Amino acid sequence: MDHLAFLTWVRGTGLDIALSLFVFGVLWRLIEIYGLGVKKDLSEPRAGEAASGWHTIWRRSFPQKEAMMKSPVTYAGGIIFHFGLAIVVLFFVPHILLIKDMFGFGWPGLPSQVIDLVTVVTMVAMILVLVDRLVKPVKRFLSTKADYITWVLTFMPLLTGWLAVQHLLLPYTLMLAIHILSVEILLIVLPFSKLFHAFTAFGSRWYNGEVNGHKGVAV
Amino acid sequence: MSAKNLFGREPGSVGEGLAQRGVSRRDFMKYCSAVTAMLNLPVSMASIVAESIAKARRQSVIWLSFQECTGCTEAITRSHSPTLENLIFDLISLDYHHTLQAASGDAAEHAREQAMKDNDGKYLLIVDGSIPMGNPGYSTIAGISNYDMLVDSAKGCAAIVAVGTCATYGGIPKADPNPTGAVSVAEIIKNKPIINVPGCPPIPVVMTGVLVHFLTFGKIPELDALGRPKIFYGETIHDRCYRRPFYDQGKFAKTFDDEAARKGWCLFELGCKGPVTYNACATTKWNDGTSFPIQSGHGCIGCSEPNFWDAGGFYKALSMPANPLEMTGKAALAGAVISTAALYANRGKKAAAKAAHETTTLADLKK
Amino acid sequence: MSATMEKGVRVLKEVIDSRIASYFSSCVHCGICADACLFYTETGDPKYTPIHKLEPLRRVYEQEYTLFGKLGKLIGWSKAVTDAELAEWQELVYNSCTLCGRCSVVCPVGNDIVYMVRKLREGMSASGNAPDGLKGAVTRTVTIGSPMGIKLPAVKAQIKHVEADYGLKVPLDMEGADYLVMLSSMEIINFPEYLGAIGKIMHSVGKTWTLSSEAFEATNAGMQIGNSDLARVIVTRIVDAAEKLKAKTVISPECGHAYTALRWEGANLIGRPFTFKVQHIIEVLGEFEAQGLLKTEGMETDKLTFHDPCQLARRGGVIKQQRVLMNKVAENFVEMPDAGFMNWCCGGGGGASAIEEGEELRLKAFAVKIRQFNAVKPDRLVTACANCRIVLEEGLEHYAMKLPVIGLTELVAEHLPEPK
Repeated sequence: MDHLAFLTWVRGTGLDIALSLFVFGVLWRLIEIYGLGVKKDLSEPRAGEAASGWHTIWRRSFPQKEAMMKSPVTYAGGIIFHFGLAIVVLFFVPHILLIKDMFGFGWPGLPSQVIDLVTVVTMVAMILVLVDRLVKPVKRFLSTKADYITWVLTFMPLLTGWLAVQHLLLPYTLMLAIHILSVEILLIVLPFSKLFHAFTAFGSRWYNGEVNGHKGVAV
Repeated sequence: MSAKNLFGREPGSVGEGLAQRGVSRRDFMKYCSAVTAMLNLPVSMASIVAESIAKARRQSVIWLSFQECTGCTEAITRSHSPTLENLIFDLISLDYHHTLQAASGDAAEHAREQAMKDNDGKYLLIVDGSIPMGNPGYSTIAGISNYDMLVDSAKGCAAIVAVGTCATYGGIPKADPNPTGAVSVAEIIKNKPIINVPGCPPIPVVMTGVLVHFLTFGKIPELDALGRPKIFYGETIHDRCYRRPFYDQGKFAKTFDDEAARKGWCLFELGCKGPVTYNACATTKWNDGTSFPIQSGHGCIGCSEPNFWDAGGFYKALSMPANPLEMTGKAALAGAVISTAALYANRGKKAAAKAAHETTTLADLKK
Repeated sequence: MSATMEKGVRVLKEVIDSRIASYFSSCVHCGICADACLFYTETGDPKYTPIHKLEPLRRVYEQEYTLFGKLGKLIGWSKAVTDAELAEWQELVYNSCTLCGRCSVVCPVGNDIVYMVRKLREGMSASGNAPDGLKGAVTRTVTIGSPMGIKLPAVKAQIKHVEADYGLKVPLDMEGADYLVMLSSMEIINFPEYLGAIGKIMHSVGKTWTLSSEAFEATNAGMQIGNSDLARVIVTRIVDAAEKLKAKTVISPECGHAYTALRWEGANLIGRPFTFKVQHIIEVLGEFEAQGLLKTEGMETDKLTFHDPCQLARRGGVIKQQRVLMNKVAENFVEMPDAGFMNWCCGGGGGASAIEEGEELRLKAFAVKIRQFNAVKPDRLVTACANCRIVLEEGLEHYAMKLPVIGLTELVAEHLPEPK
């Protein structure tokens, strides 16, 4: 298969398969998780729950001072790489075009030099977080093979995208195809791995905030 | 000064031929300088190139045309660069080319056979057009199938130059669903050096440049993974495009006639395939360096890449999915239905566990 | 009938809900919860990472309720949880977790880890893997009436002492009182001054109150061991007594988990909303203060600090009231680092103080409290939980730190104006 045919496949059939499995998996997991149900809390609430739920969804995106001091790499690295990832995914012009083509709406992108810088910073942050995982006893103890595999799967789209834009290592066409393929693999694995926290973290924060709001302690 | 002195060449050489046609040394050196620059050689090489070309015996060339549109031939002949392209016909002895040659019928075929015999092992074979493998009758010349003629002509050649996207990758005849079973030259001939010069058509000076390189150095140039000379196909259109700064700034034309298009902004969103197309259009340009598709306001369609015809639509941006996402909707439905079924099973399991609950008493705390 | 693995797993299947499913699906193994847990910070042993304490629950969840978990179980990739594993996890689920909830408030993905530990304890207790200390406590509570084995006569004796010492009447089984006051065994045995303080305060603010002869014990070892069936037996006594006496409000004593058991778990255990209000004594005092009923005179002059019981503050939502009260009676009230919402647990909550084999670990973890105390060097320590108080005293003794611990209710009572 030549490079353009490979690219055409990943843009066509490959993307179709990956997106289908992704949507299938996400719906599956969401229904599997949130369909189990929660018992109604019969105790008299001290305060409203919904506001606390929203508050927690927002609040947990930022560290508490104490936790930040104790796990600076996890927090700083984690926050930088999550925000970096969001910027690169959502504000690189070709990505916006993809979204626009699929859903019919888009938004202005960022200059490619900015995206370039953010990508490098994001990759550095991810590497630091990985090193931290290998070095810090608790993280090392908790880590399973899946943690390392998902790291690689998340890192690959960043790396291949960057290499493609920079024209490094492989011809652009092939690198672009590999980049799209790496995203497709990520999409397929996401619903069935810890990467699904991209969805459930909001549900979990909501539940936590809801329970605590019920008790009158916004967390 | 006599022609012999002018070029200092032996009878039968390119130099003698040029002299006989009244080409001045000044014109010839200009040509050689241009060729040297085009081949990315140092300027000091110009005299060496001139020497090599002048000294060389006029190269015997057999040009075979199979399933093609004659666009490649048109391109090479309609070139507005007489001091370059026309000279090519002084450098080589085009012994067979059924569009350009005067002879016809048996005489024409005889010319080919004669050239093959006279220059056995030395002649250069140029092919444009793809070869139908579905049925030999789809394309024949003088009753000979394209396949047979290619195999026969390739036997005694020094090298093959596949000109145009049809000969290099199968081209438009090979486009889905490929009714004739078209294949490229390289898919048939495995034991000869093949230089691929793709493009629909290739840039004229690229075609001539490849020939000059062969004549000058007597060997094929350095090729990329797809058999293309790196000197011409080493970089993408996008890399050398004069509109590239707009891409980097995120300035894109949204339609072909909007303000952005008039300002000459990047055509990426309008489907330009520049980023994945390796060719020299952006640097060499066409028609004596006048322009190239992007400069005239249309995105690159990627004609020098394999299967460009089937690469997801000319007007669809590269980052967009090639096919509409028909499968995803079905997958969403399937996911919802099957997982809801699985959920009922899960809830049933939970309910069963609850139903089977035996109230714990103090005695139950002990194993 | 006895506890079996099968029962344990069945109970876990029963309690796993969307929350637990969402929490496990969100964990990214970042380890931030470890830094919030005193058992990890003071030992440095990664096995005390809060989320790790839930491994058996995670496996049951995945094997029973997720597509890939079911497949994994089918082809033998993931092994079923064994009784031996649950026995091994006893230390992690009970000894080294006080349900303090610090991990639940730092988790970046929002996992409520305490919620899950509480649910895992259901399976642990049903499979017979609860610690003996807690089994004993719950047995005594159900059979005798209190975890320390105190019976009504002991309470009555204490009532007599208090009536004599304070010169006031302690009502018993009085119908229609504003408040039904609950006690904890600790207060009956070790801190009788609490009962006296309540009497004085109620008298001073002019509210009616009563004790119940049928339900005087507020602590709920059934909840601590994590068994809803037994917790329900215990809480039902209080509900019955409150409804029989037509009490408007039931006051949870200075005890953190008794408050949680009554205030937040109670209605869910009996399966219907309460017909009465439940308030912690500090909440009640805060209300009196806000209504201008609580008059005090004089101020403590030495340096005081306040230890927030986890179940009262972080898990209970009562954070401001104790500060208002402290400032009302103490001129030199200082806050420890992390005080209030993020206060460190004494190490004995959630039933941990009843587990003998956990004592060494508990004392080790107490180092975090010593650091907190050393940061402000108070003359006396005030708290609002009898269990915290005992555990704090033990810890202070172990670290040879001289720091008297007192209850906030008594402290407030000492400053009431002398009755005319």
